[in-house]
Amino acid sequence: MPSSQDTPMMSAAAQTLPAESAPKAPWRWRTGAEAVVIPTCAVVAALILFGIFCEFQGRNALKVYAAIYKAAYGNWYSFQNTLLRAAPLMLTALCTALPARLGLIVIGNEGALVVGGVAATVAGLAVQSAPMPVVIAVMLLGGIVGGGLWIGFVGLLYYKRGVNETISSLLMNYIAIAFMNHLVNGPMRDPSSLNKPSSFPIPDDKMLPSMGNSNVHYGLIFGILVCLMAWVLMEHTTFGFKVRMIGGNIRAARMAGLPVARIGLIICFLAGAAAGIAGMVEVAAVQGRANESLAAGYGYAGILVAFIARHRGLPIILVATLLGGILASGGILQRTFTLPDATILLLQGIIFLCILFSDSLYGRIPFFKEPGA
Amino acid sequence: MSNSSIGWWGVVIGVLAGSVRGGTPFLLVSLGECLTEKSGKINLGLEGVLLMGAMSAYAVSYKTGSSLCGVAAAAGVGALLGMIHALMVSRPRVNDIAVGIAMLIFGSGLAFYLGKPYIEPSAPQLPGIPLGAWSSVAQIRAALSISPLFVFGVVVAFLMHWFFRSTRWGMHVRAVGDSPAAARAMGLSVGRTRFLAIVCGSALGGMGGAHLSLFYPGAWTERISSGQGLMAVALVIFARWNPVHCLWASLLFGGAQSIGPALQAVGISTGYYLWNASPYILTLLVMMATCSTKRTLVGAPGALGTSS
Repeated sequence: MPSSQDTPMMSAAAQTLPAESAPKAPWRWRTGAEAVVIPTCAVVAALILFGIFCEFQGRNALKVYAAIYKAAYGNWYSFQNTLLRAAPLMLTALCTALPARLGLIVIGNEGALVVGGVAATVAGLAVQSAPMPVVIAVMLLGGIVGGGLWIGFVGLLYYKRGVNETISSLLMNYIAIAFMNHLVNGPMRDPSSLNKPSSFPIPDDKMLPSMGNSNVHYGLIFGILVCLMAWVLMEHTTFGFKVRMIGGNIRAARMAGLPVARIGLIICFLAGAAAGIAGMVEVAAVQGRANESLAAGYGYAGILVAFIARHRGLPIILVATLLGGILASGGILQRTFTLPDATILLLQGIIFLCILFSDSLYGRIPFFKEPGA
Repeated sequence: MSNSSIGWWGVVIGVLAGSVRGGTPFLLVSLGECLTEKSGKINLGLEGVLLMGAMSAYAVSYKTGSSLCGVAAAAGVGALLGMIHALMVSRPRVNDIAVGIAMLIFGSGLAFYLGKPYIEPSAPQLPGIPLGAWSSVAQIRAALSISPLFVFGVVVAFLMHWFFRSTRWGMHVRAVGDSPAAARAMGLSVGRTRFLAIVCGSALGGMGGAHLSLFYPGAWTERISSGQGLMAVALVIFARWNPVHCLWASLLFGGAQSIGPALQAVGISTGYYLWNASPYILTLLVMMATCSTKRTLVGAPGALGTSS
């Protein structure tokens, strides 16, 4: 019987440890190939299952996929749409990915995004007469602090009271949305927003601009940069090594004298901060104000991105771009195939299940076994 | 003030009635989760099961004209989703919490997809049991119209308590959940016991969904469950894995949920949106108060949260 600490994710982290601690060892390409081939096969299997579902619903699966491809990557205009959706996904994915390396499953992405967005709005409105870069910087700070404290609280509950982090973070999503509804219907409400209660708007000329003459705003740069930073932090610093050590074997980490709770709290803060930046980007570049459009499901899709990317910073950039494309194609599916918008959610669910099922295949396929290992 | 003749008592009656009406889905889902967790696995996907149950109960009730068929369909769909969950978590190295999240997304996606055509039409509802027929006050009569599924849930709660305490099968489930290795040594099939526990638990969760769409609030919408399936998971921890305690906890949560609407009914709408958060905040507070890093909780199945 495996030891009680040995959950799949933790042992996956533990597997990479020997290679990291002995950098002179020959590059183990079979292990690397396994980490690429298995998730890819899982996604392909999910697409086949979803295709069968489409056929049962009387839609030609190949045509549906062709439409998704065209709507997501067909031309520069649609690819911009994809990138616009990929930006918040990269940031919310980190909210699950960073704590996962510690062995925690945090799914408060949506809540942290909402709180980060609201905090950024409050901060931005407070300094709205300042020059644009100042407003953006202050909003960024608001998003980081808001989201960071939100998930930091999840970490605090876990380390101080032993409260299950998955359940508490999920409950806090609902609390965050109720809190935002209270603010935009009450204290922060702009009386001119009738149909959709919203906060007062950030002045147009103080919003995060688009890059060059494209539709893509600088939030994409934020997303890529933060993912790269997370990747360097987790894979190439002592701090990241400590985090992975805690995730691999928490008892050994305690024995080695690591401040487990402090590292855990820092990671939770960083995770929430990443999702908070996503909220800030949505307010500063897209919505211009805080309202219920913030809770658009980027948080939940981010969980899936993190799991497909196996909680690594670099693959998250790629996976977020792929899933962003699927999200961008929702409208086309609705218009061309009269498929309801929940189709995309269903596809995500099928991909998620296949990815998790594939977790049981690691180390079981002879081809990927290192010779002599 | 509203036109109610009973004034502030309306709030009290509203909350009490809400605790029974709104507590029923909590009760059925938490009983299902209790059974599942006693076998040593967590099923966070009951939120998806709740939605699928609500949708299929409503659709079948609409198509067949019989609300009982709807309840049966909800239980059946719940069992099917439970089978997927059970097959997934029986694989080595597959994390049951992550599978729960995936099942949550899958279940809600499927429910929203298939339920799209049923948002408009109205389906036959479950008839209430009129315990308040003696009263002439409309609010009291409405409040005491009890869902048959609530009665069913209460019966299941006491039955399940007896099942765990005094039956051989109940002991088998507890053994598998506390120490799979010992259960295996006893000659029990850990896989099969867990499969049955998860499938039956999911069926109960599906029936909780039937209460949502066929009794209260009594219509199929995409926002019908709003996290009740997840709160039920927390509620099981609060109830210390005891089915009868699940009953009391569900009533408490149902009551907390109905404070906001009850206050609004008498004309107080200040902080309406904040009151909406009260069940979630209550759940968090309860978990803060009952959990501890120092000791395992009394009644917690030993294998819970491990990969064994």
